Amino acid sequence: MKKLMLGNEAVARGAFEAGVGVVSSYPGTPSTEITENIVKYNDVYVEWAPNEKVACEVAIGASIAGARAMTCMKHVGLNVMADPVFTVSYTGVNGGLVLCVADDPGMHSSQNEQDSRHYAKASKILMLEPSDSAECRDFTKEAFTLSEQFDTPVFIRLSTRVSHSQSLVEECERADKPLKDYDKDPGKYVMMPGNAIKRHVVVEERMRALEAMAEKTPLNTVEENGSNIGVISAGIAYVYAKEALGDKVDYLKLGVVYPLPAEKIKAFAAKHDKVIVIEELDPVIEEYVKSLGVEVIGKDGFTLLGEYTPAMIAKAVLGEDAPEFEVIDEPTPVRPPVMCAGCPHRGTFYVLKKLGLIVSGDIGCYTLGATPPLQSVDTTICMGASVSAAHGMAKARGDEFNKKLVSVIGDSTFIHSGITGLIDIVYNKGNNTVIILDNSITGMTGHQDNPTTGFTIRKEPTKQVDLVALARAIGIEHVVVADPFDVKEFERIVKQEVEREEPSVIVAQRPCALLPPMRKKYSGHCRITDKCKKCKMCMKLGCPAISIENGEVRIDRTQCNGCGLCTNVCPFHAIEKED
Amino acid sequence: MNIMIVGVGGQGTLLASRILGKVAIKQGYDVKVSEVHGMSQRGGSVVTYVKYGEKVYSPIIDKGEADLVLAFEMLEAMRALPYLKKGGKMIANTQKMNPMPVITGAMPYPEDIEQKISAKADLLAVDALSLAEQAGTIKAVNVVLIGVLAASMDVDKEVWVDVIRETVPERFIDLNIKAFELGYNL
Repeated sequence: MKKLMLGNEAVARGAFEAGVGVVSSYPGTPSTEITENIVKYNDVYVEWAPNEKVACEVAIGASIAGARAMTCMKHVGLNVMADPVFTVSYTGVNGGLVLCVADDPGMHSSQNEQDSRHYAKASKILMLEPSDSAECRDFTKEAFTLSEQFDTPVFIRLSTRVSHSQSLVEECERADKPLKDYDKDPGKYVMMPGNAIKRHVVVEERMRALEAMAEKTPLNTVEENGSNIGVISAGIAYVYAKEALGDKVDYLKLGVVYPLPAEKIKAFAAKHDKVIVIEELDPVIEEYVKSLGVEVIGKDGFTLLGEYTPAMIAKAVLGEDAPEFEVIDEPTPVRPPVMCAGCPHRGTFYVLKKLGLIVSGDIGCYTLGATPPLQSVDTTICMGASVSAAHGMAKARGDEFNKKLVSVIGDSTFIHSGITGLIDIVYNKGNNTVIILDNSITGMTGHQDNPTTGFTIRKEPTKQVDLVALARAIGIEHVVVADPFDVKEFERIVKQEVEREEPSVIVAQRPCALLPPMRKKYSGHCRITDKCKKCKMCMKLGCPAISIENGEVRIDRTQCNGCGLCTNVCPFHAIEKED
Repeated sequence: MNIMIVGVGGQGTLLASRILGKVAIKQGYDVKVSEVHGMSQRGGSVVTYVKYGEKVYSPIIDKGEADLVLAFEMLEAMRALPYLKKGGKMIANTQKMNPMPVITGAMPYPEDIEQKISAKADLLAVDALSLAEQAGTIKAVNVVLIGVLAASMDVDKEVWVDVIRETVPERFIDLNIKAFELGYNL
């Protein structure tokens, strides 16, 4: 029976059916649910790794040891794992190795809009791109087969709309894939210059073989509708094109996006008066087609920015106008994401804003500390940069500047990429203050366990990284644990630590309000009493439950979870908890 | 059939779209459901799409293409109006949730949204929050609204009830069926 599945769930299903043995990943929207769905299958070893580089290396090791293995991440995670990727291209695989990467056109949940297809070309690794959930399953299975057939890792490229759309998938049985033999083979797996020089030759030969495969594979299909317009497309852009153009054009749908099939493209182009490449983000296919001497319309008719839509394609290709629609012609306030009611980060940013500190920020829910009214965060670059960039700021501007500067980084992000930055601070005699926002979970991606939570992905109890002991072991002598909801004490500690002419770490400890124990702990609602002087101190928290209506401060009971933070900041004790 | 569900992160739009998707499968259609995960879920505007028919390609709905818009909040209803097809129907929960620009005082919450939408489209405004409270929890707003939607669609009620049973956690089945009934019998 066909089931409705997320693209991500279908990738997991495909990997399961292909007999995958080991999956190691780091969460990142829009890729997270692939690995979360692997958990359903008890006969697969699955884990959250501390970061994507580690995850990729775990998968590489499993492949060399003879298992089919996979790692999954978002596009920026691919940057983190790029180091092993470029070399595993040389070693090739033993068990099939699939590297699944999800791009985020439109930046629904990301800090940039990079196009991962460039990596396939740069690392000379085969890349497949599915268009819907059924293809997610099929292409993932095929990726394992091709990986072993051509002795290469294989990329699966997804995008947000493929990952997070559900469509119908037929489930099949899991293939029985016993471990392949493990044979010591240093010429293949020890990449020192003498061996790597020889392996590079193999890589170039493999590229020729993959190019030949791309010409013949059923993953690249031609759909003829008798049109003089030919559309070349792949992935989500293909289904947008089908929706917009139906059978009014012919299609070359590319399931293999690297390497591209030169002869197939030339033959397709020769049959059409007009060839249009429809692809989101960078003109990767377009530039290749042009390099073949084929005249083609690409980004000229579209955009490098954000997502395509069927309406955009219908307009560009057929000149058809979008349907008419109604609007209410008045300013509509936007509704940006906000920290949840009860969010532990709110207490932290309230204090940082109050103290007027410069905040070197990081990636997680707490990036929202950059938005009004808290507006404390000054910078957000990538995972871990809060720590190392603050060190650079302090070295550039000196001690006085450093006394107004803090880094904020979540527990999972600190484990991912913050530790090395902290070592740099200690080693190079920095005096920075780093606040680790320990909310006991990886929050933004939807509550994944990590090395600080004490549980594995399968919720088995495990060793828990002790952040205080870790900071001390690195050489930080001043490590303080504080509750960000105890705003007075938290403020005192932050003031004390930034003034210090030595490096320090504050572990701001309070679990995410959405975790089950906190949902139980927080109860009732907060209420404004008649002691309210309308000083609006509580409004500075940016709590979604507190607003002013007709001059009166009010708390929306449907939003308030009774966390009580507002009762701690009201100078007139005018907010009370009630059941 | 193109159905767009809009609301505020945390209101349970995802569950509503999944219920609707399963109902469409049971009718034998090709179905695509587009969801929102990650940062945009954190109290921000959320938009999900459910599309079904003989064959569905794109999972997303453009402006002027939705046969039906199910809005969980009035400001989000107003924001979604351009997506409604001419002659389409909108079902909106009368609940108002202040977004951050309103909370900080940068902008007012628009007035009389219900009247303004009604002037331009076929709107059914429902106080789903009160009905959800009646069912036992304000969290059941999503299933109340699914009930209202179900009443305006040509699918057997039993199909909806079965799908809700299959979809929600066992200990919440009775509560959700009650919420569905309150919406359905409105």
